[in-house]
Amino acid sequence: MKSNPLSFQSKLNPDDFVLATAEEKESLVVMRESVSFWKDGLRRLVKNKVAMASLIVIVIVMIFSFIVPAFYPYTYETQIRGSENLAPMEYSAEELARKEAGEDVFPHFLGTDKLGRDYAIRIMMGSRISLLVGLIATAIILVIGSVVGSIAAFFGGWIDLVIMRVVDIIYTIPDILLIVLLSFALKDTLEGLATIPGFGWVQVVGTNLISIFIVFALLYWVGMARMVRSQILMLKENEYVTAARALGATSGRIIKKHLLTNCIGTLIVTTTLQIPSSIFTESFLSFLGLGVAVPLPSLGSLASEAINGLNTYPYLLFAPALLISLIILSFNLLGDGLRDAFDPKLKN
Amino acid sequence: MIKYIIKRLVLAFVTIFTVATLTFFLMNMVPGGPFLSEKAISPKAQAALEAKYGLDKPLFQQYLTYISDAMHGDFGDSLKQRGRTVSSIIATKFPVSARVGGVSIIVALCFGIPLGCIAALNRGKPVDNIISVLSTCGIAVPSFVICTVLMYFLGVHLGWFPTFGLTSWKHYVMPVIALSFYPTAYIMRLMRSSMLDVLGQDYMRTARAKGLSQFVSLFKHALRNAILPVITYVGPMTAYTLTGSFIVEKIFTIPGLGGEFIGSITNRDYTVIMGTTIFLATIMVFMNVIVDIVYKLVDPRIKLK
Repeated sequence: MKSNPLSFQSKLNPDDFVLATAEEKESLVVMRESVSFWKDGLRRLVKNKVAMASLIVIVIVMIFSFIVPAFYPYTYETQIRGSENLAPMEYSAEELARKEAGEDVFPHFLGTDKLGRDYAIRIMMGSRISLLVGLIATAIILVIGSVVGSIAAFFGGWIDLVIMRVVDIIYTIPDILLIVLLSFALKDTLEGLATIPGFGWVQVVGTNLISIFIVFALLYWVGMARMVRSQILMLKENEYVTAARALGATSGRIIKKHLLTNCIGTLIVTTTLQIPSSIFTESFLSFLGLGVAVPLPSLGSLASEAINGLNTYPYLLFAPALLISLIILSFNLLGDGLRDAFDPKLKN
Repeated sequence: MIKYIIKRLVLAFVTIFTVATLTFFLMNMVPGGPFLSEKAISPKAQAALEAKYGLDKPLFQQYLTYISDAMHGDFGDSLKQRGRTVSSIIATKFPVSARVGGVSIIVALCFGIPLGCIAALNRGKPVDNIISVLSTCGIAVPSFVICTVLMYFLGVHLGWFPTFGLTSWKHYVMPVIALSFYPTAYIMRLMRSSMLDVLGQDYMRTARAKGLSQFVSLFKHALRNAILPVITYVGPMTAYTLTGSFIVEKIFTIPGLGGEFIGSITNRDYTVIMGTTIFLATIMVFMNVIVDIVYKLVDPRIKLK
């Protein structure tokens, strides 16, 4: 077709109508891949050096307290005759003689205590107990706290009123009174329970340890419940809750599927920060002599035993004291990192 | 305001009453009793003792007697410490705890608030980092660790301060450091974050823009708004600290209320447990009322209902 030089007709040629190649198509896509809540949070968490460092510390402590004891040549309750009160890396006369004879003697990295038990393995077992208490107690607190808190917030009215008054009262009674009274009360009950066939495991786990779990579960869910309640009070006003209800969802389903999943960020953070505080409380209890039963050590009881011999054997105190501070510090820092990463309110 | 305070006081009374009731029944539900422990006494002597203190009566009647006595200001005699009334025990032990605790609270406030502000004003600079690290570590170290480390280095190793008793100002140094360690760190943290929050507000920019000096804008505008969370924390903290920390009192052998309380629980000294619990709960509840009133004074925008 001949083109008129004065016409405004655009000059098209057949090349303009060739199908675009895949590459060309891709260059036009301006959307990036959608980022899920988890990916987004994790990315921010990984960038946070302090949080990652504390995560590594926690993993190392866990390896030392859960895996290493299995391969360690000493056990936490074996009393080695003749090697009482050794300083770190010191050998007893008998062990020196065996070394002379060409035998390999595993060194006592942190010395031994007054009964001749290797202190390094006792520290490892102690941190195992402390971590277990921290993790299990927190798991129990998480379950009770989030269920009670969400029920209080979701149903409101007199249910909320009653639950919150209970929370207030638990806050007001000095917790040390409840802890001591409950652990006395539970001791007899649990010891009675242990004799009933089928409940032999109670003795294996240790009545003191179980009573610590129960006491924690009964006392410390209140903080978690308050936290969850305040979140859900806000969330339940959202349209999707009304929509879910209109579609015929039951209250349980709404709480489980819509409300709790939406405050998962807060739950993670509160849980991580609850772990150090449980460890803290357990060490305090062990310090008072209400913690785990001998010969099982926990970091608190190791520290409290070491105080009596502080002048002569100060290193017996420093190891558990340092370790417990380190564990609590790392969990706190990790919790802060998680909050920065997952709390939607802090996003900007 | 007056109406609000009266309402809160009535509610406080109800709370204390509930706590007393719960403690009473909980304490009695726990197996064991004040005269069962240590050396075995003859059943007759035990019965006589129980009759003397009214422990042989039905529980509910004991409760009614106790409450009506307590209403008249009579908290009974200690079951374990012969010839001492609960009131006299609290009257001698509480001032000791309160002195150490009071000094610790002042120390915590004097260090915590300024350091937190300094950190917030120098956000991201080395000063801020140092203060943040200090406060994070302060929160992570359990009190018994601080106590024993202080005891070892300052008391035993260097010999600067006496390790037990409470007779001169030197005796106060270590317990006060130990007691104020955690609150100081916590207040620093609270102060830093709330100060950062306030410094980012529009009214701060306005204050600077209209020509207020750094000093006035900081103290009149920023500090007053930023201090609210600290007040919330200081209320219950004061109650806890004034009544003494058991661990600190045990390690430094201070004859305070905290040690007395734990001792009474393990001994099942029922009257002392009740008296101390009511005392602690009262201080706690009143501190909360005071916090709310101070809140209102600091920030007139807050409506008390």
